[in-house]
Amino acid sequence: MKMRKVAIVGAGLTKFVRRALETPKELSYEATKTALDSCGLRLEDIDCVAHGTAPDAFDGIHQNGEYMVDGCGGWNKPTMRVYVGGATGVHAIVHGWHHVASGMFDTCLVVCEEKMSSAMPHAQGFFLTIFDAITERALHPNLLWIFALEMNRYMNRYGYTKEDMALAAVNNKMNGLKHPASQFRDEVTVEDVLNSEIMAYPVSRLDVSPVSDGAAAVVLAAEPVARRITDKPVWIEGVGWTLDTAYWATRDLYYPRYLDTAARMAYDMAGIREPAKQINIAEPYDPFDYKALHHMEGLQLSPRGKTVELLRDGHFARDGNLPMCPSGGLLGVGNPIAAAGTMKVCELFWQLRGEADERQVPGNPRLGVAQAWGDLMQVSSVVVVGI
Amino acid sequence: MQDKVKVSGGTGLSEEDIRSGKIFLTEDSLDCAFAWDTGVAITRYLNELKKGKIIASECRECSRIMLPPRMFCELCFRPSGDWVYVQDTGTVNTFSICHVHWDASRIKEGEKPYLPAVIEIDGASSGMGIMHLLGEVEPDAIKIGMKVKAVWKPEDERTGAITDIKYFKPL
Ligand SMILES: [Zn+2]
Repeated sequence: MKMRKVAIVGAGLTKFVRRALETPKELSYEATKTALDSCGLRLEDIDCVAHGTAPDAFDGIHQNGEYMVDGCGGWNKPTMRVYVGGATGVHAIVHGWHHVASGMFDTCLVVCEEKMSSAMPHAQGFFLTIFDAITERALHPNLLWIFALEMNRYMNRYGYTKEDMALAAVNNKMNGLKHPASQFRDEVTVEDVLNSEIMAYPVSRLDVSPVSDGAAAVVLAAEPVARRITDKPVWIEGVGWTLDTAYWATRDLYYPRYLDTAARMAYDMAGIREPAKQINIAEPYDPFDYKALHHMEGLQLSPRGKTVELLRDGHFARDGNLPMCPSGGLLGVGNPIAAAGTMKVCELFWQLRGEADERQVPGNPRLGVAQAWGDLMQVSSVVVVGI
Repeated sequence: MQDKVKVSGGTGLSEEDIRSGKIFLTEDSLDCAFAWDTGVAITRYLNELKKGKIIASECRECSRIMLPPRMFCELCFRPSGDWVYVQDTGTVNTFSICHVHWDASRIKEGEKPYLPAVIEIDGASSGMGIMHLLGEVEPDAIKIGMKVKAVWKPEDERTGAITDIKYFKPL
C-alpha cells in the first residue's frame, strides 16, 4: 500500500468554557482561523475539510454537519463529517489523514467542535438515547452509570482505591492550570477529589471532567507541501481505530479491548515495537480519572495493574519518563466532547515543536500518542505523531 | 510566518450574564415520538419475559449462549441456531450506587439511589452480562461476585419488557 507522508502544520483552539457566547459555528470559525493563521495559510490554500461534532441532539439540529460547514471553512469544498461519540476528536484526524495520505488532497483542515450548554436542562440527558431502545433504555440509564460500572470493575480487578484514582485527577487537573484554554483556575488536591459529591459510586464529582463548549482545529499537509509551509512539521506516523461490540455488558470492563486493537494498529504502522519505551508523551482520553489509567494500559504504555504504582512514582508526571496528559486533558482543560480529542493532538503538535510554553515537557520529546474513546464504551481512535 | 496566538474565542458567560438579559437566548423544545419494532430475536425475548422466563440464543458456530438473544452471532456472523432457556439467577460483575437521574439531575433527599449492575446470567456463556438494577439490598452490602436472583412483577402486570424483572436481589 503506497501512502503519502502527512504532517500537522498548524493548530488552534478556542478557550474551553462552561457556557460560551459564541454559537457552534462561531466557535468553529475561531479555532479554524487560529489554526490557519498559525501556519500562515488562507482558506483558499485548503483542499478539503474533515469535520467532527458529537450528537446532533446537543445542538438540536439534525444532520448538524451540514449546518456547521461554514464555521469550519468547508463551503464548496469536499467536506465530510465524522462522528464516533467521544472518539470523534481523534477519529477526525484519522479521517483527514486518509484524505491526504491517499494522494487525493494536498491539504486538509480538521475541525472539531462541541457546544454542550444548549441542551436543557443538561446535555447528559441526551445520552439516554445512545442505549438500546428496548433492552436498556427502559431502565433509564445514564452515562455516569456505565462509567461507574466500568470504574468499579477496574478498581476491583486490581485492588485500586478511590484515592488511587484521585491521584490521576490531580495529575491532570494540575497540568491543566498551565493551559491557556483551560476552564479551571483552582488547584485541586486528592482530598478535594475524595470529598467531592458522590454522583454514582465510585464516581465523585471531581473524578469527572466538566461539560464544556469549545472548538479545536489542525491543518494537515502532504510532505512536499508541509515542508514549504513550515520547517517544523509534526508527522502523523500511525493511526488506528476500532469499534467493539455494542453488547457492552458482555465484555469484561476492566480492560479496554477496543483500544488494545486500535493502539497496536497505530504502533505497527509507526514501526513502534516497545511503546512504553519509545513513546515520549501520552495524551490518553480522560473524561474520568480512572479512564486515563485504564487507557494507559490499553495503549500498552503501562503494565496492567501496575499503573497506580507508576503514577505514584512520578513516572507519568510532566518531568517523568512518560508524561501523561501534559495538556491537562479533559479533566484539566475541559470536555467539549469532539473538540477535546483534537485538543490532545494540538498539544502533541506544540510539545514536539517545543512550543508548549509553561507546559513544555523537558528532554526534547520526539514521539507522542493521542487517543479518544466513546459510544457505549466501545470505540477508540489513536494517532501517533513524531518529529 | 508563525503566529504566537494559539487560543482565540470561547467567551465564557456567567449565570448573571444570562439572568440579567445581557445576552439573548431563544428557547425551543423538540417533540419526537418513535414506535420501534422489537425485531425477530428481541420479540421472542420479551414474550418469554412476560411468562417469567429468560431465553437466550445459541450460536451454531462458536456455541456461545447469547444474551440478549440475537438472530446472528456478531463474532461468527452466522445465523444463531437454537433457543435456550437460561436461569433467572446470576452473578454481579460490577455495580454502581447512583445518585443522579437519567437526565443528570440529583435524586432528592430521602429518595433511594439507583443500583445499576452488570449481571452475568447463569446458563448463558461466561461473561454474558446484562444491565439491570439491584433491589432488596443495602447499597453498602453489595459486592462484586454476589449471587442474585430476578424479582419478577406479578404476572398480570407484565407487559413484555425488560422491566418485567423489577430488579435482582441477593440470593
Ligand atoms: Zn458465534
